[in-house]
Amino acid sequence: MEAAIDKPLADAERKALARCRHAVLGVDRPLRLDCGVELGPYRVAYQTYGTLNADKSNAVLICHALTLDQFVAEEHPVTGKEGWWESLVGPGKVLDPARYFIICINVLGGCMGTTGPLAQDSAGQPWNLRFPVVTVADMVRTQAALLDHLGIPDLFCVIGGSMGGMQVLEWAASYPARVFTAVPIACAARHSAQNIAFHEVGRQAIMADPEWKGGDYRLHNTVPARGLSVARMTAHITYLSEQALQRKFGRALQDRDALGFGFDADFQVESYLRYQGSTFVDRFDANSYLYITRAMDYFDLAAAHGGVLANAFKGTPTRFCLFSFTSDWLFPTRESREIVHALNAAAANVSFVEVESDKGHDAFLLDEPEMFRTLAGFLKGAAAVRGLKDVP
Amino acid sequence: MTAAAIRVDLQLIADMVDPATRALDVGCGDGSLLAYLVNFKRVDARGMELSQTGVNACVANGLSVIQGDADADLRDYPDDAFDYVILSQTLQATREPREVLRQMLRVGKRAIVSFPNFAHWQVRLRLVFGGRMPETPSLPYKWYDTPNIHLCSIDDFRGLCRDMGVRIERAIVLDRNSKPISLPPLVANLLGEQAVFMLRRD
Repeated sequence: MEAAIDKPLADAERKALARCRHAVLGVDRPLRLDCGVELGPYRVAYQTYGTLNADKSNAVLICHALTLDQFVAEEHPVTGKEGWWESLVGPGKVLDPARYFIICINVLGGCMGTTGPLAQDSAGQPWNLRFPVVTVADMVRTQAALLDHLGIPDLFCVIGGSMGGMQVLEWAASYPARVFTAVPIACAARHSAQNIAFHEVGRQAIMADPEWKGGDYRLHNTVPARGLSVARMTAHITYLSEQALQRKFGRALQDRDALGFGFDADFQVESYLRYQGSTFVDRFDANSYLYITRAMDYFDLAAAHGGVLANAFKGTPTRFCLFSFTSDWLFPTRESREIVHALNAAAANVSFVEVESDKGHDAFLLDEPEMFRTLAGFLKGAAAVRGLKDVP
Repeated sequence: MTAAAIRVDLQLIADMVDPATRALDVGCGDGSLLAYLVNFKRVDARGMELSQTGVNACVANGLSVIQGDADADLRDYPDDAFDYVILSQTLQATREPREVLRQMLRVGKRAIVSFPNFAHWQVRLRLVFGGRMPETPSLPYKWYDTPNIHLCSIDDFRGLCRDMGVRIERAIVLDRNSKPISLPPLVANLLGEQAVFMLRRD
């Protein structure tokens, strides 16, 4: 079974696994997914920074967003770009490996080493679209299983933005005793109709690409590059604010002085989006994109708790700190406020910071001093309560 | 840690709070009362503040604070969630003071309320002899830009407590220098510039 797991990998996945740790879980006891399917064994790829202290009290779990991965604070093995959260994680940063043991796990369904549609079933056949549909709760189950495997009883902090924030909420709801602080950033307790709609456009673009071949493109040695690229272009627009797009590009033309009266990328914004789309294809798998967007669409924490969000947090011992950004229209402040209201209804310990920014949803990945300053204060206060010393 | 200096009226409130209890400070401002309660009385203290700048400053200081206001956001909390719900110098700025008080006493076992006394002699003089809306150190606003839309006197407040069937456990009246004064109610209503009440459901 493990052999099947380790069989042919996509090129990007092979590079990723060569640069991070992984564990094969669910060997004795398969993982029961929300869809009812039992999955096992499965592989979990993860990266760590820093050292776990003697009393195992300094572990921080970073949950990554839709198209990100475990390479938080180092050069990416596929793109060669710097880690996606180096603004927050690193020496002298808010999450300093000298102080915390930082873990980031590639999500279930992902394409950077953790089991997903790229993997093979026990018969050695690629899963492709036969891979079971997974949920955010399933992702969190695999993360909890990895922590069990690593002997980490609980986490000082679970933090993440966007889909990472959904995982943070799921962690707090499913494993309250294992989460000392929870920091959901720029997220919601359920995916809105508008967000599902945008995801559907992306999925349709992939599935409309003739190279997609019903999901079996690898068997045909093709890549649905155009479809995946259009999916990325659509999604990318939702990550930016109108002001940010306008400021960055306006109506500026790309490598020309006049309109071309054709359909080349006349405008810089078109060229930028095309570039975003084409580079995405090199590092991300189309089927993974279908599965992970689906997981986000299915996320509805209240529905999973009798229709009342507060029930998800009843009696929670976790200290929460939520962040939203004023210009984020994908996960607007009101979505965070709904979570805050539910946490209040559970009399939870909660802080909520709305950061003034014109950078849209992407702000959570960028240099936002107000977020860093308030997050540092929150973590410092919580560390004092937990009795965490400065250096492990 | 040595005791940090906080505003005299806030110190009075802090002194009313038993150590190691749960408290919610509604309109917590810069969080100085919260920080005092957390650091010196081991209180599980949370705050609610209208201004996002104030909230962010509090969170950066390690305090648990959310953006919200007394009128809209108290109703989210379950019954008896806190030992104390504190509202300092804010009651007069709420849209529905009576409902806010009711919510405070639902959410908290006790409510601590401080407010400026609109029957203070300076206020009376200004209105009677000046013929103008009063502006005093505790009511520094012009009539057209004041956030204080429901001002009351100490006696008015006692009356509301009576009407609501709320028990007054303590009432402290402060003079112009924020020093507690003990005087008969009628005189206190004239000489007190502000008051701090500790209330509980009867």
